[in-house]
Amino acid sequence: MAKDKSEFLIERHNNVYEVVIGLEVHAQVTSNSKLFSSSSTKFGAEPNTQVSLVDAAFPGMLPVINEFCVKQAIKTGIGLKAEINKRSVFDRKNYFYADLPQGYQISQFKYPIVGEGIVILDMPNGQKEVGIERLHLEQDAGKSIHDMDPQNTLVDLNRSGVALMEIVSKPDLRTPDEVSAYIKKLRSIMRYLGTCDGNMQEGSLRADVNVSVRLKDSKELGTRCEIKNVNSIKFMQMAIDYEANRQVDLIEEGKSIDQETRLFDTKKNETRSMRSKEDAHDYRYFPDPDLLPLEVTDEFIEQLKSDIPELPDDKKKRFIDEFKISAYEATILVSDIETAKYFEEVVAKMGKNRDMKLAVNWITGELFAVLNNKNLEISESPISAKNLAKLINLIKNGTISGKIAKTIFELMMDGDKDPQVIVEEKGLKQESDPKALEALIDKIIDDNREKAIEYKNGKEKLFGFFVGQAMKVSGGKANPQLINEILKKKL
Amino acid sequence: MSIDLKTIKHISKLSRISVDEQKAEKLAGDLNSIFEFIEKLNELNTDKVEPLTSVAETTLKFRSDEVKSENIREQIIKNSPEDNEDFFVVPKVVE
Amino acid sequence: MSDITTQSLTSLVKNIKNKKLSSEEVTQAFVDRSEKSKELNAYITEDFSNAINKAKKFDQNPNLDLKLPGIPMAVKDLFCTENIRTTAGSKILENFIPTYESTVTQNIWNEGAILLGKLNCDEFAMGSSNETSFYGNVQNPIDNGLVPGGSSGGSAAAVSGQLTPITIGTDTGGSIRQPASFTGTVGLKPTYGSCSRYGIVAFASSLDQAGPMAQNVEDCALLQEVISTYDKKDSTSIDFKRNDYSKELTKNIKGKKIGIPKEYRVEGMPKEIEDLWQKGIQYAKECGAEIIDISLPNTSYALPTYYIVAPAEASSNLARYDGVKYGFRAKGENLIDMYEKTRSEGFGAEVQRRIMIGTYVLSSGYYDAYYLKAQKVRKLIKNDFDEAYKKVDAILTPSTPSSAFKIGEKKDDPVSMYLNDIFTVPVNLAGLPAISIPAGHDASGYPLGLQIIGKAFKEQEILNVAYAMEDKINFKNKITDWWIK
Repeated sequence: MAKDKSEFLIERHNNVYEVVIGLEVHAQVTSNSKLFSSSSTKFGAEPNTQVSLVDAAFPGMLPVINEFCVKQAIKTGIGLKAEINKRSVFDRKNYFYADLPQGYQISQFKYPIVGEGIVILDMPNGQKEVGIERLHLEQDAGKSIHDMDPQNTLVDLNRSGVALMEIVSKPDLRTPDEVSAYIKKLRSIMRYLGTCDGNMQEGSLRADVNVSVRLKDSKELGTRCEIKNVNSIKFMQMAIDYEANRQVDLIEEGKSIDQETRLFDTKKNETRSMRSKEDAHDYRYFPDPDLLPLEVTDEFIEQLKSDIPELPDDKKKRFIDEFKISAYEATILVSDIETAKYFEEVVAKMGKNRDMKLAVNWITGELFAVLNNKNLEISESPISAKNLAKLINLIKNGTISGKIAKTIFELMMDGDKDPQVIVEEKGLKQESDPKALEALIDKIIDDNREKAIEYKNGKEKLFGFFVGQAMKVSGGKANPQLINEILKKKL
Repeated sequence: MSIDLKTIKHISKLSRISVDEQKAEKLAGDLNSIFEFIEKLNELNTDKVEPLTSVAETTLKFRSDEVKSENIREQIIKNSPEDNEDFFVVPKVVE
Repeated sequence: MSDITTQSLTSLVKNIKNKKLSSEEVTQAFVDRSEKSKELNAYITEDFSNAINKAKKFDQNPNLDLKLPGIPMAVKDLFCTENIRTTAGSKILENFIPTYESTVTQNIWNEGAILLGKLNCDEFAMGSSNETSFYGNVQNPIDNGLVPGGSSGGSAAAVSGQLTPITIGTDTGGSIRQPASFTGTVGLKPTYGSCSRYGIVAFASSLDQAGPMAQNVEDCALLQEVISTYDKKDSTSIDFKRNDYSKELTKNIKGKKIGIPKEYRVEGMPKEIEDLWQKGIQYAKECGAEIIDISLPNTSYALPTYYIVAPAEASSNLARYDGVKYGFRAKGENLIDMYEKTRSEGFGAEVQRRIMIGTYVLSSGYYDAYYLKAQKVRKLIKNDFDEAYKKVDAILTPSTPSSAFKIGEKKDDPVSMYLNDIFTVPVNLAGLPAISIPAGHDASGYPLGLQIIGKAFKEQEILNVAYAMEDKINFKNKITDWWIK
C-alpha cells in the first residue's frame, strides 16, 4: 500500500489509474435521548432495556423530534463551514429488516438539514480541501445477533432510533492516507463541538466507502462501488486498496464494473458483492406524514453559531501565532480537543517565563509515550497539566536537569505527585555551584589521568566519557552545561 | 398503461407479501381497473403546482432532550410471537 | 327505566347528574342490549363484566362534575386500549394487547366514561362496508343484510342500534360520515390536527382523524369537546383555541353563507340524493342561511388522488406488521419467508391490494407520475376550498352518492366500492372538518345523510349549522329491532 504518498496510483501494463474515493460517514449524535423518542442512548445497556413503544414501532406510536439533536446537526454543519438549510424534510426509507421495527427508517432524502461544506486536511505535502455534499439526520437501526442461537437471529433494539448524522463527502479523496486524515479531521471537529464522541469501537462513527478508478488525467468518474461495514480506519484503507485493484483488474481484462454494494470481509481482507440484497432495494422514499417539515429561524442558527467553540483550524492558527510553535507541532496539538486543552493548561500554568519548546516536547514526547503505553486518553493522564508545567519550569530555571526531569516524571505518575516535592524529598536539585563542580572534576581527572592524556593527544571522543563520569559521580545532579564548561577548561 | 404479472411479482417482493399465480392474476386485474380510474389525473397540468404533503397548518414542534422512558423490556417483549425474555427472535437471517 | 338505551347521551348525562339513574343501571342496560344484539356483529371484543364493575365503582363515589359521568361507551377497534385487545379488524393483530392507551380514549375515560368493548371495523379502516373485517361483516340495524358502511361500521351500527349511547370512529376518506349516513346517525370528522392520532392504529397518517358518532348533534358536540385536545405526543396535533362545543351550540345561523358546489352533482347520482340535497338547501334557507352557488373545480380528481395518497402512506404504515414484535406470525424457513407468509396470511385481500397500490406508486420510476402528481393535485383541491371559503362559511353536499347497499353487492368490484367516498374524500385531502347528519330516507326507507363542510378549526360553525338543520329536518330513524329475537 502506498504509505504517506500524495498519490495512490495503480499501474498495469502501460496504464496508470487514479483512485477516486467518497465517504458516507455515520456519526452518532451525542444526546441523552433518541431522535424521535425519549429513551436513553447510553452504550452497553442490557438488550432491549432502552426501547420505548415508539422505538419498537407499536401500533399508533408517533415520532416527536428531539430539539437537541437538531441543534447538534446544525452545529456540526457550522463546523463544516456548511450551508444550513432553514427548511428540511424527514422522509421514510422503506425496507424490511429484523432490526428495523417500523419497516422504514426516518431519514432526510431530498431536503437535508445541512448542505455543502468543506473540511481542510493537513497532509504532509500541504493542505487539501475536501468538499462536503450534505449532512442529514436519520435514525439508527437496532442490532441483529446471528451467532447466539443456532436456529434464530436475535434482535436488540437499544440502538433503534438513536440519532445519526450522515455526512456525505464529495468524491474528492484520492489516497488511503487522505481517507484516514479526513476521518480523523471530521472526528476532531465533532469532538470539539461535542456533537459526536467519535468512538469507532462503540460504533459511534462508521463509514461506507465509495470507490471508483479512472485513468490518470481523465476527467470523468468511473463506476463506483459502495463498500459497507468498514468500522476502522485501518479496514477502510485495506478495503480501498483491495477494491481499487479489483476494479483496475476488471478494466484491464476488458470487463465492466457493476455499480453495487460490497461488503469488506476483514478476515479474508477482500470485498465481496452483496448483490443478493440489491434486487429488493427500492427504498420508496416519501415525506414522513407523521412529521412536518423541520423549520428553523435565522435567530436559532445565529444563537448556535455564537455557541461554537474555537475549532481545530482556528486553534492551530492561534497556536502558531501566539505560541510561536511550528505548523507541524500545532497540527498535532490541536488534532484532539483534549490534547489542545491539556497543552493550553500547561502553557497557562507555566506562567510568564514559559518555554514553548519544552512544553511541546514534553507533551508530544514523554507524555504521549506514557499514554500510549498505558492505553490512556489524555483526559485520563496520570500527570496533570499543572504538575507537568511545574516540572517544565524546574528545568527552565535550572533547578533540575533534563535527565533528572525524566526520573522525576516517572515518579510523578504515582498519584500525580508535585515535582517540587519530589525534588526536595529525594534531594534531586541540580548542582550548579562552580566551586563544588570544579572539585568534583579535579578528582575525576586525577582518577583518570591516562584518559586525560589521551584526550589531550587528540582523542576527542573521550570528552563524553568525562561528562558521563561527572554525571555518574554527582548522581545525575550536576548541571550539564557547567560540567561542559569546566571540563573544557581543565582538560 | 397496464400492470403485468412481472410487476405484481416485483411489488409483492417489495411489500413482502407472497403471491401465487392465481393471486397475482387477480391482483393484476384489480390494480389495472384501479389505475385506469387513477389515470384521470393525467388530464390535469400540474407543472407549476407545489406538492402538498401535510395539511397541518403548523410547524414541527420540538421535544427536549430528556430521558423519560424507563426500562420496559417486559412490556415491549410481551406481545412478541416467540418466547424470549431478552430479545425479539426471528428465523435465521440468510444472505 | 326501560327506555335507557333510547336516550341520548345528553339526557343520560343529565339523569346521572340528577341521580335519577346510576352508572350501573345505564351500563347494565347497554350491556343487556348489546348481549341481545350479537346478530349485528358490532363488537370484536366485549368488556362487559369489567364495565359493570367500573360502573359500580363509579357509583360508590361518583364525580358528577365530569362531562361523561359513568357513561358506558364502546369504541372502534382502531383505538389502542390498555390491556384490552386491539385488532384493527385484522387477523395480524388478533392477539395484540396494548400496554398503552390512545390519547382520544384516555380523554374519554378522564371525563368519567366506561369502556364497554371494541367495535368492529374494516381491516385497518380500509373499506366502505365493514366487509373487509377479519371478524366478519356488520349488519346495519336499519335492515337485515344491509351494510352499515365503513370503515367505522361497527361504531355506526352500535350507535344506531343503541348498543352504546355514543361512540368514536376514525375517518380517513369518509369512514365516519359514510357509515353515519348509512345508519341514520350523526358523524363528525374534525379538522386534521384537532384530535390526537397517538395510539390510533394508523392507516394514512396525513388523512386520519378521530371523531364522534352520535344520535344527535348535541351529543356529537359534547364528545368532540372531550376528545379534541392538543397533544405533544403527536407532531401533527395543532394547538388552536378549542371551543366548548356543546355549551356554545346554537341554532341561530341567520346570515351564515352556505355554499353549494356544482361539481358534487355527479353523473349517475340517484334522483333521491339530488332531491335530498335540494331539501337540505331549503332547510338551510329556512334557518336563515344565505345560499350561494360555488365551484370546487377539481372535485372529480379527489378520489383518484386519494387512492394514491392513502395507499402510499398505508403501504409504509403497515410495514411494521411483520411478525417480529407483536401480532400474528406465520412459520417461515427464514426471515424473508416468514415476512412474506405472515403478511400474506395475516392481511386480508383489500389491505393487500392497497399495500400493493401504495408500493407501486412509490416505487422507483413511478413516484413522480403518481405520488408526486397526487400531492400536487391535493394542493389544487385544497386551493379550491380556500377559494370557496372566501365567499362562504360552510358548504352543503350529500354525504354519499347512495344509501346503504346490500352485503356482498360491491365486494368484488373495488372501484365501485371506492366511489362511495366520492363526496367525503375531498374533505380529508384538504384537512377540513365535516359533519354528516341524517336528512331523509330513500324509497326503501333507508337513511340518507347531508354533509356540512367547514373551514379549518371551525367545528363550532358546522355543528351549529347541523344543529339548526337537524331541528328542521326532524329525522326519525326507523329501527325495528329486527335482530332481537
